[in-house]
Amino acid sequence: MTDPRPILPPGQRPLVLEMQGVDKSFNGAVVALRKMNLAVHEGDFISLLGPSGCGKSTALRLISGLMPPTAGRIVWNGAVQAGDLGVVFQEPTLMPWATVAQNVWLPFRLRGQSFASVRDRIAGALALVGLENFHNAYPRELSGGMKMRVSIARALVTNPRLILMDEPFAALDEITRQKLNNDLLALKAKIGCTVIFVTHSVFESVFLSDRVVVMAARPGRVIRELAVPAPYPRDMIFRTSPEYAALCRDASDALVEAIGVAA
Amino acid sequence: MTLADRHIPPAPDALFDAEEARRARMKRIEGVAKWLLPVLVLALGVLAWDRVVVWNDIPHYILPGPGLVLQTLVKDWAILFDALLVTLQITLMALAVAVIGGVGLAVLFTQSRWAEMSFYPYAVILQVTPVVSIAPLIFIYVDNRLAGLLLCAWIVAFFPILANTTLGLKSADHNLTDLMRIYRATRWQRLRYLQLPSALPYFLGGLRIAGGLSLIGAVVAEYVAGTGGIGSGLAFRILEAGYRLNIPRMFAALLLIALTGVVIFAGLSFLSHMLLRKWHESALKRET
Ligand SMILES: Nc1ncnc2c1ncn2[C@@H]1O[C@H](COP(=O)(O)OP(=O)(O)O)[C@@H](O)[C@H]1O
Ligand SMILES: [Mg+2]
Repeated sequence: MTDPRPILPPGQRPLVLEMQGVDKSFNGAVVALRKMNLAVHEGDFISLLGPSGCGKSTALRLISGLMPPTAGRIVWNGAVQAGDLGVVFQEPTLMPWATVAQNVWLPFRLRGQSFASVRDRIAGALALVGLENFHNAYPRELSGGMKMRVSIARALVTNPRLILMDEPFAALDEITRQKLNNDLLALKAKIGCTVIFVTHSVFESVFLSDRVVVMAARPGRVIRELAVPAPYPRDMIFRTSPEYAALCRDASDALVEAIGVAA
Repeated sequence: MTLADRHIPPAPDALFDAEEARRARMKRIEGVAKWLLPVLVLALGVLAWDRVVVWNDIPHYILPGPGLVLQTLVKDWAILFDALLVTLQITLMALAVAVIGGVGLAVLFTQSRWAEMSFYPYAVILQVTPVVSIAPLIFIYVDNRLAGLLLCAWIVAFFPILANTTLGLKSADHNLTDLMRIYRATRWQRLRYLQLPSALPYFLGGLRIAGGLSLIGAVVAEYVAGTGGIGSGLAFRILEAGYRLNIPRMFAALLLIALTGVVIFAGLSFLSHMLLRKWHESALKRET
């Protein structure tokens, strides 16, 4: 894998991107997002937490440039290139006709890079997600959790400046989900990636992120930002600590408020 | 503790094993039956045919028995085999042109909505108009007999490929399509790396139908075209044998056509299986 980025303490991290008063409405009627402000810094792990329909996916789609905002701006620090963004969807979204390694090759392939020229980076990414022995497997031979790992490997193989994850573990069973949460943090510690992580699980958001952004629906908007100051690496000890419990309660209260406001 | 609890059920393991064994046995029996039953039906059918002919003293110019048909097949093999080659040649060429035309049009239609809007209705019209009614016209305007035959067979065969491939190209996974955009794939890259592979199972489904249809198209076209220029195919041999009341030869030629259709279908099914077996649901062997 390419050299890891050092993670600076919050406050000293350079800006990656900023959402400035972003609005998004569909058909001029449905307001999916209103006046969203969000600054993402290098090494941040930000969770977007909220009930369904509050515009979390819309925010990610705006950031990934799949659609333009209705108003406001999304400003990147510096020019963005094709490999600067990695995306993980709720479904693994793999090409079933391609092997695991070929799936991870995709971002390079689209830039015209041969498999041989990036073989080491593909192997590195697959090793990071614990799939070093599955290069030649086809997606259908893998479990749900393993497919998701392939998807994560594909997202980080280009060493992107930002990784967007839209409820990536929501469809997995609880045990697999916890394992992937732990592994995701270990991975973050290794390569120092910047992540925006969408979830509707309070526990997941607090365990993973250093900032939890709580959103409410109709219209979709940010109602609270919580800092999670606990240092990484986080493990079972953090999961069972009073600090974690207190933070979860805060996030939970905010979420109740979000749902209450919407209802 | 209630009374019911004292009825000790059989050990769960034993139950499970018995169930498993029964299921495995059923599967084996089914595997054999799949081949055995059709063969049995064929044998019975041929036997019945033979008996009906013999018992009723049916003359061979009305209904020949199966034995006579086989004899004729052997006796006339030289003529029939030549005819088979001609029909097969037209069928396969028509199928090839149908693949090129069908896939080409499908790609064009998915790349350009305008092209689709302009031409799709005519593809449908071409499809729903019976080929027998167009064929005579084709042979008036197309001088080259081979080209005429090909055109007829193509008209019949290309539509399932066009329709299926178009559907397949459009059913690429939406998230993968988004991913392609995020990685700034060109239109050509999206077509090559996402849409074409997504369309492959659909295309192969269309190809299997088109294989049968191109044989039908070739045969119908031959009927309409009659003979001339190039060698004569099986359909012409059937017509000719009909005029001469050579009914056994009609049956022999018919047998060859049916066999050809089966072989084409089996070949295309095998091709489809080989291409999809690694990844597609349709080629998976499922438990139970
Ligand atoms: N393409 C679209 N067209 C119309 N409405 C949409 C579209 N995408 C999302 N919406 C609406 O915007 C709102 C937010 O959707 P979304 O961002 O998917 O929510 P979340 O991911 O938080 O569940 C919902 O009310 C949804 O119906
Ligand atoms: Mg969503």
